[in-house]
Amino acid sequence: MKANVWYGKEQLKVESVPDPKILNPRDAIVRITSTAICGSDLHIYDGYIPGMLPGDILGHEFMGEVVEVGPEVRNLKIGDRVVNPFPIACGACFFCQQSLHSLCENSNPNAWLAEKLWGHSPAGLFGYSHLLGGFAGGQAQYARIPFADVGPIKVPEDLSDEQVLFLSDVFPTGYMAAEQCNIRPGDTVAVWGCGPVGLFAIKSARLLGAERVIAIDRFPARLRKASQWADAETLNYEQVDVREALEVMTGGRGPDACIDAVGMEGHAHGAFGTYDKLKQALWLESDRPPALRQALMACRNGGTVSIPGVYGGFVDKIPFGAVVNKALTVRSGQTHVQRYLRPLLELIEKGSIDPGFVVTHRLALEEAPRAYRMFRDKEDSCIKVVLQPWADVPTVEPEKVHETGRILH
Amino acid sequence: MATDVTQPGSGRSRSQHSAFSGIEPGGLGAHAGFRGGGLARRDTADSLERGLGWFSMCLGAAAVAAPRWVCWLSGLRSPTVMRLVGTRELTAGIGILTQSDLAPWLWSRVVGDTFDLAALSIALGRRGRRGRAAVALAAVAGVTALDLFAATRLTGSRAGRTAPGVSGRTDIYLERSIAVSKSPEECYRFWRSFENLPRFMQTLESVQQLDERRARWVAKGPMATRLEWTSEITADRPGEELAWRTLDDSGAANAGSVRFEAAPAGRGTIVRVSLHYSPRGGALGAGLVRLLGHDPQSRIREDLRRFKQVMETGEIPTTRGQPSGRRSLFGRVTRQWGLMS
Ligand SMILES: NC(=O)c1ccc[n+]([C@@H]2O[C@H](COP(=O)([O-])OP(=O)(O)OC[C@H]3O[C@@H](n4cnc5c(N)ncnc54)[C@H](O)[C@@H]3O)[C@@H](O)[C@H]2O)c1
Ligand SMILES: [Zn+2]
Ligand SMILES: [Zn+2]
Repeated sequence: MKANVWYGKEQLKVESVPDPKILNPRDAIVRITSTAICGSDLHIYDGYIPGMLPGDILGHEFMGEVVEVGPEVRNLKIGDRVVNPFPIACGACFFCQQSLHSLCENSNPNAWLAEKLWGHSPAGLFGYSHLLGGFAGGQAQYARIPFADVGPIKVPEDLSDEQVLFLSDVFPTGYMAAEQCNIRPGDTVAVWGCGPVGLFAIKSARLLGAERVIAIDRFPARLRKASQWADAETLNYEQVDVREALEVMTGGRGPDACIDAVGMEGHAHGAFGTYDKLKQALWLESDRPPALRQALMACRNGGTVSIPGVYGGFVDKIPFGAVVNKALTVRSGQTHVQRYLRPLLELIEKGSIDPGFVVTHRLALEEAPRAYRMFRDKEDSCIKVVLQPWADVPTVEPEKVHETGRILH
Repeated sequence: MATDVTQPGSGRSRSQHSAFSGIEPGGLGAHAGFRGGGLARRDTADSLERGLGWFSMCLGAAAVAAPRWVCWLSGLRSPTVMRLVGTRELTAGIGILTQSDLAPWLWSRVVGDTFDLAALSIALGRRGRRGRAAVALAAVAGVTALDLFAATRLTGSRAGRTAPGVSGRTDIYLERSIAVSKSPEECYRFWRSFENLPRFMQTLESVQQLDERRARWVAKGPMATRLEWTSEITADRPGEELAWRTLDDSGAANAGSVRFEAAPAGRGTIVRVSLHYSPRGGALGAGLVRLLGHDPQSRIREDLRRFKQVMETGEIPTTRGQPSGRRSLFGRVTRQWGLMS
């Protein structure tokens, strides 16, 4: 089969690799029909995720058709159309029983490695380093899904791939980020980062009843999406002082909840920006956290800071005093996707949201290296790329979708 | 039980064996320093030697990979000589880190140090490189002192031993536990069916029940070696505890227990393994300790993790046999050796 293989920082190759096989009784194999590139993949692409080995197959947002099932998988049959959640979860352990699927105790074969870095190991993930299991990812024509009786959700035929594909990650991730804010009537939620995760967080905050949502980024196309599609007010941090603006907008109190949907490769101008880049280059700091710092400072007393943005290791100059002295609640985590699949699918079926709105580009899998570059550099107003594993390169032209965005709210 | 038991060689001499017979496996947990779940003892000697071993590896790697740079650092001239020095260091490092009898390897370091000291003294005589050569000389002198200390101490402690064993090591007591979301009865029942054990104990090949109390164990050693021993159950309380000890002189003498404690509020079971073994003994046994037993604690931890996985999910997560692109040498080696999945 064809797969997008990682060979090092900014080195990707789409090449022929063997087809996956059933390795355990609860495995299934899917023939992938759509697969997306995630902001998390960019951290790998840029070389910031430890524990990658050359030869790893990337990708964790995929869906497709079941073509083979292991003897213990009873809920799926060949031909089922499924979307696959990015964390691998057994469904039976202490954490799975509490629907904390991304903390599954039984799915990471390299748990001891993760324990060295974080104390305890979370669940294994698809295509996300050997620290998190070393599982082959889904930017490929086929993928093997462990614990297939727990993860994948069957989706109805009348919904298009792009309407349901993002159930695999970014929609639940944005939703969980908003849910963690414990939104109450009248609340203002500020969201740093208007990539797919930020956009879904913004939309979800609205669905969960936020009075106002403030979207922060520097790319006009992304800010436009936020305002058109989720009715957000927007701040371009290159044009305004974000802290100042938030104070003015909230009567000097600060947003009730702040969401960091930026993660470890946060961008910043000025002294702090240079400081972080330098420290990261010298390996004195693994992650650059400008958005997180700002969110902690901006959040109102007793408010919540929710962090879907991925951090991998150590960050510097975090104003922890703000957490204590302002009595903040900090919540984070890789998304427990499994627990959101059904309720969010229902929202899609009801028409409350059409997740396809984030897609700006469709390309053939073969074009993955170019697609990564484009998505990373936000070329051509790129927000989300969907790769089509079975398309021939010439027939799929980069196609712009939902240019104007659709306001369903 | 847990895999390490298969490696530490022991039981060659009667006296050692009887040391085990005196221990009630059930009472192991009471041993001081044991509760924390860590290695109860670790010789300081061991860590010094290992430190020197790793030092050799690092220096060797640097000298082989970047001889010019190391030359520049030390004020020496010839990159070719530097490569040879690197090879020598790597050999010594591997020797120290993998072999049971360390003394010759440490002495080889002392000899190497003498050569380095001589070379650096010559460099000190040359103009232009004095500063760096002097610093390097001082550093090597310090390391030489440590090498000498380690080598003489080891040779001293070896005198009077019957077998060329691992010096200064005493009995090892280990304890490790894991929380399993199954009842104590279920956990006990699975464990008590000894033929299940190879499913989660990585180095076990088979366990065969001989009669009510005795079982025959076969384990895979390194480099296609095999270890076999017979064990006897010393305590068997259904749903609560199993304890055993080895009966014969197999090079794997050990005693241990596994307890199944109900976790509070219906949270399943805490499975607690205690193990006591002695790594002294025959050359082969001691060699096994060196090769596989450096971190017996983590071997038990991994076996317990697999036990939990089998109990809770019916399988053990794996990536062996999945597709990938071309692997680098490092990638192939780490996966081949089972260091990483
Ligand atoms: N927790 C999870 O389970 C989970 C799942 C998916 C993605 N993520 C993480 O979420 C983050 C975002 O993912 P994405 O797909 O939206 O990526 P993305 O790269 O498309 O979006 C990041 C956005 O943040 C903006 N940004 C950078 N610095 C900023 C700053 N200082 N202030 C405000 N905005 C700033 C960028 O301009 C960009 O638009 C990533 O870190 C990703 O790893 C987490
Ligand atoms: Zn993702
Ligand atoms: Zn689980």
